[in-house]
Amino acid sequence: MEFLRPASWEEALAVKAEHPDAVPLAGGTDVMVELNFGHRRPERLLDLGRIAELEEWEGDGPAVRLGASVPYTRIMEGLRPDLPGLALAAHTVASPQIRNRGGVGGNLGTASPAGDAHPALLASGAEVEAVSTRGTRLIPIDDFYLGPKRNALAPDELIRAVRVRRAGGPQQFAKVGTRNAMVIAVCAFGLALHPESRTLRTGIGSAAPTPVRAREAEEFLGGVLEEERCWDTGRPPPPSAARRFAELCSAACSPIDDVRGTAAYRRRAVGVLARRTLGWAWQEYRGSARVTEGVA
Amino acid sequence: MMRVRLTVNGRLREADDVWEGESLLYVLRERLGLPGSKNACEQGECGSCTVRLDGVPVCACLVAAGQAEGREVVTVEGLAPEGELSTVQKAFIDAGAVQCGFCTPGLLVAADELLDREPKPADADIREALSGNLCRCTGYEKIMDAVRLAAARRSAEPEGDRA
Amino acid sequence: MTDLTEGHAAPAVPGVRSEADRRAGVLGLPTRFTQRAGNVGGVGESVPRPDGVLKVTGEFAYSSDLWHEHMLWGHLLRSTTAHADILSIDVSEALATPGVHAVLTYDDLPTEVRHYGLEIQDTPVLAHRRIRHHGEPIAAVAADHPEIARRAAEKIKVEYRELPVLTDEESATAPDAIVLHEDRTDHHAPHVPHPNVVHRQPIVRGDVERAAARADFVVRGEYEFGMQDQAFLGTESGMAVPAEDGGVDLYVATQWLHADRRQIAPVLGLPEEKVRMTLAGVGGAFGGREDLSMQIHACLLALRTGRPVKMVFNRYESFFGHVHRHPARLVYEHGATKDGRLTHVRARIVLDGGAYASSSPAVVGNAASLSVGPYEVDAVEVEALALYTNNPPCGAMRGFGAVQACFAYEAQMDRLADAVGMDRVAFRQLNAMSQGSVMPTGQVVDSPAPVAELLRRVSELPLPAERPWETGGGGVDVRALPGGLSNTSHGEGVVRGVGYAVGIKNVGFSEGFDDYSTARVRLETAGGEAVASVHTAMAEVGQGGVTVHTQIARTELGVTGVTVQPADTRVGSAGSTSASRQTYVTGGAVKRACELVRERVLELGRARFGATQPAWASDGLRLEGGKVVAGDGAVLAGLAEVLGDEAVEVETEWRHRPTRPFDRHTGQGDGHVQYSFAAHRAVVDVDVELGLVKVVELACAQDVGKAVNPLAVVGQIQGGSTQGLGVALMEEIVVDRTTGLVRNPSFTDYLIPTILDTPPMPVEVLELADENAPYGLRGVGEAPTLSSTPAILAAVRAATGLDLRRTPVRPEHLTDG
Repeated sequence: MEFLRPASWEEALAVKAEHPDAVPLAGGTDVMVELNFGHRRPERLLDLGRIAELEEWEGDGPAVRLGASVPYTRIMEGLRPDLPGLALAAHTVASPQIRNRGGVGGNLGTASPAGDAHPALLASGAEVEAVSTRGTRLIPIDDFYLGPKRNALAPDELIRAVRVRRAGGPQQFAKVGTRNAMVIAVCAFGLALHPESRTLRTGIGSAAPTPVRAREAEEFLGGVLEEERCWDTGRPPPPSAARRFAELCSAACSPIDDVRGTAAYRRRAVGVLARRTLGWAWQEYRGSARVTEGVA
Repeated sequence: MMRVRLTVNGRLREADDVWEGESLLYVLRERLGLPGSKNACEQGECGSCTVRLDGVPVCACLVAAGQAEGREVVTVEGLAPEGELSTVQKAFIDAGAVQCGFCTPGLLVAADELLDREPKPADADIREALSGNLCRCTGYEKIMDAVRLAAARRSAEPEGDRA
Repeated sequence: MTDLTEGHAAPAVPGVRSEADRRAGVLGLPTRFTQRAGNVGGVGESVPRPDGVLKVTGEFAYSSDLWHEHMLWGHLLRSTTAHADILSIDVSEALATPGVHAVLTYDDLPTEVRHYGLEIQDTPVLAHRRIRHHGEPIAAVAADHPEIARRAAEKIKVEYRELPVLTDEESATAPDAIVLHEDRTDHHAPHVPHPNVVHRQPIVRGDVERAAARADFVVRGEYEFGMQDQAFLGTESGMAVPAEDGGVDLYVATQWLHADRRQIAPVLGLPEEKVRMTLAGVGGAFGGREDLSMQIHACLLALRTGRPVKMVFNRYESFFGHVHRHPARLVYEHGATKDGRLTHVRARIVLDGGAYASSSPAVVGNAASLSVGPYEVDAVEVEALALYTNNPPCGAMRGFGAVQACFAYEAQMDRLADAVGMDRVAFRQLNAMSQGSVMPTGQVVDSPAPVAELLRRVSELPLPAERPWETGGGGVDVRALPGGLSNTSHGEGVVRGVGYAVGIKNVGFSEGFDDYSTARVRLETAGGEAVASVHTAMAEVGQGGVTVHTQIARTELGVTGVTVQPADTRVGSAGSTSASRQTYVTGGAVKRACELVRERVLELGRARFGATQPAWASDGLRLEGGKVVAGDGAVLAGLAEVLGDEAVEVETEWRHRPTRPFDRHTGQGDGHVQYSFAAHRAVVDVDVELGLVKVVELACAQDVGKAVNPLAVVGQIQGGSTQGLGVALMEEIVVDRTTGLVRNPSFTDYLIPTILDTPPMPVEVLELADENAPYGLRGVGEAPTLSSTPAILAAVRAATGLDLRRTPVRPEHLTDG
């Protein structure tokens, strides 16, 4: 095994171009477990830990360019106003120790359907900045997840950052696990209201082979909000519409039974999370002073 | 195989013939003679290997040895000078927070960092800060007592006396 | 900064802490302890652990911390199937790997003794021809680096022929079921209904038919208990060092050094005295270290290579490296009269013992004899049995058979109380046993059994505040809600529930087992002061036995300085650190040894000073404060003066009262030494839409006879309660029913409670002395693990209105259907 430690981003890209099999290593949350247990023995490890720009974010424009290795702890603490959905999701990641090292680049690279960042990235409509010596691609998040632990990165590409529009409205994230901390999602749900475009987006985790959006639910509720002039009046959508939205979110799932939960439970729970997060998000949209403490 | 140089508990240390897939935890325990950081799960799910890497608590099992090159690591062995106990260490003993003790080093590093960051944490803050550290013996009640006790003692101590 | 030496020496006595401590409101023990004046740091005081400083500095050497300059790493290849014939094993490629020093299979075992086991020697050291469970060891590798050993093991080629798996009672006891252990010669074999039944124990008392006819209300239920893992944090590990005399020195984490050695030596072909064992630091046990794990493999590799061999199971291996708590199916029928008196209990308890016997027979005895719980009932008909299946082997875990029964009978008691129309606590109190009650085994409970009082204590504690997540001004702290940081509810769907349970556990080894311990105590002068030294083979696994030994020595010998020697096989057996027995039995042995030392010291004193000081002839001389003191308080001499240059040393064995086996057909017999009781009240908030549970408070009351170390007693109660919480809500080893493969052997998917899952746990400690036990004490460690689970289940039932029959209860159980 070779341990490659590029000192700069350009050098990292050059190494990746030369050795597409090199496994990028940053927070170590996934890769180190595979190494510790002998599940994977790559020929080369590509340590991205020395590349400072990966741990920075820039937020001057309408979008935040979030470095792939910005630790979840810093997302929670520093990006709550700009990326509230992702900040909430970041707070549910594993443990404080892991939040101190892991970043969205790892979640995206692994592309597990259970990655906590995915629903928030889907809901906010992020773009993945994939870079190689050939150039930079902005991959819409909707096109990024191809299958269980498969993503749209080319073998020579590395994730430089995600670009996420600064929140124009309330965002929520909720995740079901069978423990109150340090737990992998049984299912998760992200919701973002985009009042500027009078749209909403969703993201569902751990309830399909990949993270998915509930497009039909988005369209249905978007229609209701428009029809009922909810965006203008601040009135919440009628309860029947909220229920229908939840049903459509459930229907967007194609879950499996596994050791963490049943398919039926996941479907049902996604519906509950959809209804609740819609309620919280809309309450915030109406300008309620509700404050959620204990969450960054 | 490679050579890794890092600062551990204030001392520059060097390990030779390190396999590229080795974790910082393995290097500390098996190569640098610092077995205080514990190896309960090696998958970031127990916190018993918690160390501070450039000041930040992390699971040493999830840090590749090569990633620690040139960095500063503080382990449980570095919480107090030789022959002394820090306030948190003392509080863990006094409060009965130690049974088998296997989780203790990781909890001490995490609790110590919490009190550096937040000298008077509320109970919920203590629970959140320690939620990445499993303990199988105590049911955590005495650990809560220990952190509360350490916070109280630290706030009663003059700054300069603090470990 | 605290000075180490000062901190170490000062005993932590509740109530004498600093002003800052008291202001912080911490460490006030939430209990009423009766403290007895005595030597400082003696019995009854919250003395700090003698190993505490080493444990907080990271210097304490656990079994996985051992290191030797020339050591090799041992590693095991485990089966990837649950049931198969092994057609061939090819180790040639592994053996040829650079850095590999040995690869051993069954054929390399040096003697004809190739199996081990606590009671029945049915477990192959390395698999021979047949695989009986997932993860069974097949080959052992020694190499320069753990990664080399792992890789080499992967190069071993094993050819299997898969066999159908037996995973439950139906498949295991079918007439044409494959017999998992042919040619059984164990003493249970002639009496079992099927060769795949390890042991069966009926209990028959009274006329159940007639009693059932008197019942106005009858409830029947079938219950299921999932497979729990001990999940001690320090995985199986140790180091074997070959010795020049052909023997081996083994440093290992175990619960019982001498039982290990008895099983190891014959496999190595060595006399026991050439297998020298020393206890290395133990990172928790909870029953999971009662059986051997890596001991024999490390010794074999060390003897083969002539080098020290270190073995450390990783967490994945650890799930296969020790036995688990038996999963169980329990069918109960309870009857009661209109006025709430129990008429009868019928029960059938089927425990899945998995592939090898381990301690299944004793678990069966416990499940049967404690199946009714701490209640008076005259008519009982019980059958308990353990199966051989292709599931992971099961054996000892904290609570040992009593846990599964308690889960079921306490659910029954709630349902029966409801049927009768009585308050659930009052119904229990009405039927509660007390001193003088008769067990279903016919044994009279001859020491305090304050069951009703324990229930009263937990039920009268103030209830915790409702809606604890509300922070005022409409704010919400999600950490106080079901789901916690995952932000699943801001109060929506959350319903509170309260539940009660009480349990009974035996203390010590039962059924006629010669349960004894050995202690060597030495008193001598050092630096002008008399100091004691205590040497036992007791495995300190975290429970604090070493602290107790220092306390007993101080109390009995009137000294301050006490050294606890490392546990090893240079002294006689201390028995197992299990069955809540060590403070009782090894504590009893240390006490007895101290008494004998005291007699010898007084003899010495009489010889030296008796001629001139007539007070030496008087009765009631005590050793106190480093002096010999007469009954009237007069100091006769300093201990150092009496001892002079002489050291007084005594090694003695100590036994508790003998027990008797249970009758094979009726289960009658005085099978247990002592009973231990605890009651819980659980308060939960359940998100009934998502099926997520937050335990808000878990209160416990327990009679401990005498709190030898109050702080440690409370720690045991809280720790035990939390393990009960785990199996109520999240902990289960999931085995695929069609393949017998373990689906979640990791801390990612086998979840144990975090600090955010664990609530405040007020503890009420009663100290009603058992006159038969040293200091009146009662074993503490296990009872709190029993009633915690059913109390939480009862609370979840109360919140949801669901009739939950299985534990752990998972979110889908609360929402599906």
